Amino acid sequence: MTNPLIQPEPLGQPAIQVRGAHRVFGKGRKQVDALSAVDLTVADGEFVSLIGPSGCGKSTLLRLVADLDSPTSGEVLVFGKSARQARLDQEYGIAFQQSGLLPWRTVAGNVELPLKLHGINSEIRRRRVAELLELVGLTDFARSHPDQLSGGMQQRVAIARALAESPRLLLMDEPFGALDEITRERMQNELVRICAETGAAVLFVTHSIPEAVFLSDRVVVMSPRPGRIAGVVDIRADGLAAAHDRSAGVREEEGFFRAVGEVRSLLHGTPETAAVARGVDHR
Amino acid sequence: MTTVADAGPAKDTRARLPIAEVRWSTVLAPLVVGVVAIAAWESVVEAFDIEPFVLPAPSAIWEQVRLHGDSIASGASVTGRNALIGTLLGAVLGVAGAMLAGSFRVVDQMAAPVVAALAVIPIVALAPVLYSMFGAAVDTGRIIVAAVSVTIPVYLNTLRGLRQVRQVHLDLMTACAAKRWQVVRTVTLPTATPYVFTGLRVASSLAVIAALIAEYFGGPIGGLGKSITSSAASSNYPLAWAYVSGAIVLGLLFYIVTLLVELWFSRHLRPT
Ligand SMILES: Nc1ncnc2c1ncn2[C@@H]1O[C@H](COP(=O)(O)OP(=O)(O)OP(=O)(O)O)[C@@H](O)[C@H]1O
Ligand SMILES: [Mg+2]
Repeated sequence: MTNPLIQPEPLGQPAIQVRGAHRVFGKGRKQVDALSAVDLTVADGEFVSLIGPSGCGKSTLLRLVADLDSPTSGEVLVFGKSARQARLDQEYGIAFQQSGLLPWRTVAGNVELPLKLHGINSEIRRRRVAELLELVGLTDFARSHPDQLSGGMQQRVAIARALAESPRLLLMDEPFGALDEITRERMQNELVRICAETGAAVLFVTHSIPEAVFLSDRVVVMSPRPGRIAGVVDIRADGLAAAHDRSAGVREEEGFFRAVGEVRSLLHGTPETAAVARGVDHR
Repeated sequence: MTTVADAGPAKDTRARLPIAEVRWSTVLAPLVVGVVAIAAWESVVEAFDIEPFVLPAPSAIWEQVRLHGDSIASGASVTGRNALIGTLLGAVLGVAGAMLAGSFRVVDQMAAPVVAALAVIPIVALAPVLYSMFGAAVDTGRIIVAAVSVTIPVYLNTLRGLRQVRQVHLDLMTACAAKRWQVVRTVTLPTATPYVFTGLRVASSLAVIAALIAEYFGGPIGGLGKSITSSAASSNYPLAWAYVSGAIVLGLLFYIVTLLVELWFSRHLRPT
């Protein structure tokens, strides 16, 4: 799925390489092919979204990359290492669909958790937490508990936690799924800014086409049963700036709507338009 | 970070018990019922001239409470001490057992029938046997009876709590490459803690009842249970009732203290 004409040659190892990944759940008649022959490469610093109907294996693919699950066959490499090694080396930060905060810890306690687990001393931890809370705009809530925050604020805490160790790769599973449209757009703008600041590569799962187009360098469209990649839309080919340089105004541009249309036709599997969209990808 | 404007008014977010949210009516209603009931009781005893061995008047009981306050207090401290030691012992046993059963399936399976049996046996029935095992001059038998009564609810609730750990929390720990003991300390135990105290709240009243009833079957004198039986035996019914009120207050004390502890430990868990 790499495109040498549009994508600059990555300097180091690609952030993610998935080769021929299959994942089968269950046995016999109850067998579910959650993923089938999935190939995906995410370059260092690239923002890639996964989009597709419910149950098409987006979370499963993300969990393979995070080494929370292993492929039935195939290979998953993160920065050139096995997914397991990358997890042990803490190469990625992850934000789950439900924020997954620990309710008995304060906001600061939740954000510093990864650092604490890895034995970072408390002075460094304190400074890093202050930095991160500033980044997500929750400085005043450091000592609150998650139950005292709104859903969107909890999600921002989870994102701050994912960023705690300045990972070069962020894995996000529908992090804005539960948010209203206004908060959602605001969070998207935040995420673009954060990614520009940290230069991290991102694998982002979403159900929303505009969200995928607004955030990504490339949008990977998946189809269900068995879960596989139906096509890839390169947003930069539609004349939009690279994901890290986006501004909120992009949502009004002509290229934005063109990209939305391409993703939509791939999602609905209309043959001709889908071919056109693939043509765009392979141009 | 001026784009994020939903910070809202800076409110006082310090941790506190949810007691402030209790409405006046919830406190007042039972108080009114209590006062009315006592007044009715008093007037019924007066009007029908009921004998004290059938039912003494509240005023007579109150008089005995005032006269024998010291003796009731010391009796409550003896029984309360047995119940307290039993509670602590039982809690430690229950939590330790649940942690074992939570980590090893075999232990859980082996323990299940024993726990089921202990849960249906009235533990106080063991008191006479325990007196002959440990001697009737010591409180050991009573403490054991209280401890066993506490162990079962604490064990069951803790085990339940250990199984409430959410998958997303475990995934988070895996993603952070946390060690096994780190997972236990950061996720498993804090998840189970409120459940431990729910078990303890349920068990605390059982501990008082067990420690008190165990006294009926013998053992050293001085506790509330013994005092109730001996004053009833000497036909001093208002005094027996005065000791019974002491027992009620003791039971309530155990209940309220454990309830407050439970509320404190579950203060960040939204009721769902
Ligand atoms: N642990 C599991 N055991 C059995 N089947 C599973 C398991 N996890 C996922 N599946 C199956 O794999 C398929 C893909 O699931 P997955 O969670 O990856 O979907 P998804 O694309 O993330 O969907 P959604 O958008 O609703 O989150 C589903 O059909 C699901 O039933
Ligand atoms: Mg999913």
